Amino acid sequence: MLAHLINGISLGSIYAIIALGYTMVYGIAKMLNFAHGDVIMVGGYVSFCSMMYLGLPAPVAILAAVFVCTVLGIVVERLAYKPLRAATSLAVLITAIGMSYFLQNAALLIWGANPKAFPNMFKNIEAIEFAGARVSPVAIVSIVANLIIMIALTLFTTRTKVGKAMRAVSEDKGAATLMGINVNFTISLTFAIGSGLAAIAGVLLCTAYPTLMPTTGSMPGIKAFTAAVFGGIGSIPGAMIGGILLGIIEILARAYISSELADAIVFGVLIVVLIFRPTGLLGKQVHEKV
Amino acid sequence: MNTVLKCENLHVYYGSIHAIKGVSFEVGEGEIVTLIGANGAGKSTTLNTVGGLLRPREGMIEFEGKSILGVAPHKVVSEGMALCPEGRRVFAQLSVKENLEMGAYTRPASEIPETLEKVYEHFPRLKERENQMAGTLSGGEQQMLAMGRALMSKPRLMMLDEPSMGLAPILVDQIFEIIQALNKAGTTILLVEQNAQMALSIADRAYVLETGRIVNTGTGKDLLNDDSVRKAYLGG
Repeated sequence: MLAHLINGISLGSIYAIIALGYTMVYGIAKMLNFAHGDVIMVGGYVSFCSMMYLGLPAPVAILAAVFVCTVLGIVVERLAYKPLRAATSLAVLITAIGMSYFLQNAALLIWGANPKAFPNMFKNIEAIEFAGARVSPVAIVSIVANLIIMIALTLFTTRTKVGKAMRAVSEDKGAATLMGINVNFTISLTFAIGSGLAAIAGVLLCTAYPTLMPTTGSMPGIKAFTAAVFGGIGSIPGAMIGGILLGIIEILARAYISSELADAIVFGVLIVVLIFRPTGLLGKQVHEKV
Repeated sequence: MNTVLKCENLHVYYGSIHAIKGVSFEVGEGEIVTLIGANGAGKSTTLNTVGGLLRPREGMIEFEGKSILGVAPHKVVSEGMALCPEGRRVFAQLSVKENLEMGAYTRPASEIPETLEKVYEHFPRLKERENQMAGTLSGGEQQMLAMGRALMSKPRLMMLDEPSMGLAPILVDQIFEIIQALNKAGTTILLVEQNAQMALSIADRAYVLETGRIVNTGTGKDLLNDDSVRKAYLGG
């Protein structure tokens, strides 16, 4: 039981890191970036190539993945989403879905359809015994990474000038512009942070589940999106709680109910939560004063 | 008197709708100038155009003798003018203090505490509620916060869009007293109001807007006694 719980929290931590990208971009740009899941896949491939073909050590490979994905996030936003800033949300949504397929097919062209076996970065480290359960190193790294990212992002958005400006932009772009905040820069920065985090999630995911394909990012992407909605889209702590709960539900369902039904159960729980709390667990019910 | 703001022949469109049709006006240093008019006359559109949120298709806007048409919207505030927008638009999920800090976004951090103190002198209520979320403030307090936030950039020209909207009469009086105090302290004021009575009573000069055009102008006093203005905006 404890082992399942820890595995659930670990998988949930990866979902949470991905969900942050969805939730932050939604908060700022009010759009669902469905290409976000595929940035995870790109992160996986970049770190894979850095280690296997260039022979770089794992930490450098991770940095390379973060760098490439950050740039990719900024470029995708500039080329695909920025021209649609004034368009209807449906047009942006369709563009995001198109971007998702574009990235998958680009990966198919570059890296081929054959699954790649992702190297285990922690092969020299033994699984740890914890209260009678065996916990893999990647599980611990995922949980710790998630905690660090959450704390860092919370400090960033509440203590720094740029972070506060980000919250201001997410509430009211026009008013933020009047304050002298560069809204376009803030949106770029959000995409950069979200995509950089997706790269980290990609490496963790591929280490935990070492099969890398062009479609590797889609299912975790959808689940992390679910986690973001579950926790309350737009909320940073919501992404964390939503991600971790989703991970626990998924692993427990897989262990005790049925591995085929696990995904159905995950999405079923989402539907139930949304019936009773349409804005998600920590979603804001905003009351406007006139 | 030096001209602070000069707009000439402004034409602004919302898509194909011609909202502002050749508006020209001036604001002199130290003045309170008001634009009055009915709903949809183009008052807010004019102000938002000066503030950089909208682009005129034609015309020119000069601030302190320098054209601000090519200036990026988020850089207009650093030129020395601030717009306190219609409906207040405070950042509801940010604290009062954070809202004020955002107002000083373009200014060096070292100068912020001093300006903050000055703003709190004008609006002691804001200091009491410094750490409260702006969304929990009353309407009057939110208006004060919006004005305080605009003041944080230390503007030489402050533009106010409907500061009295939705406020109880006693609060309206208070807001207008503060506007006059700010003006006495050296800030030039461009005021857009539907409450023409109040606006004209404190304004040095006024322009009357009707469907995107200026139809009348004069001192506040003159317009208060002008028959056509009385009929249209002051209830006879």
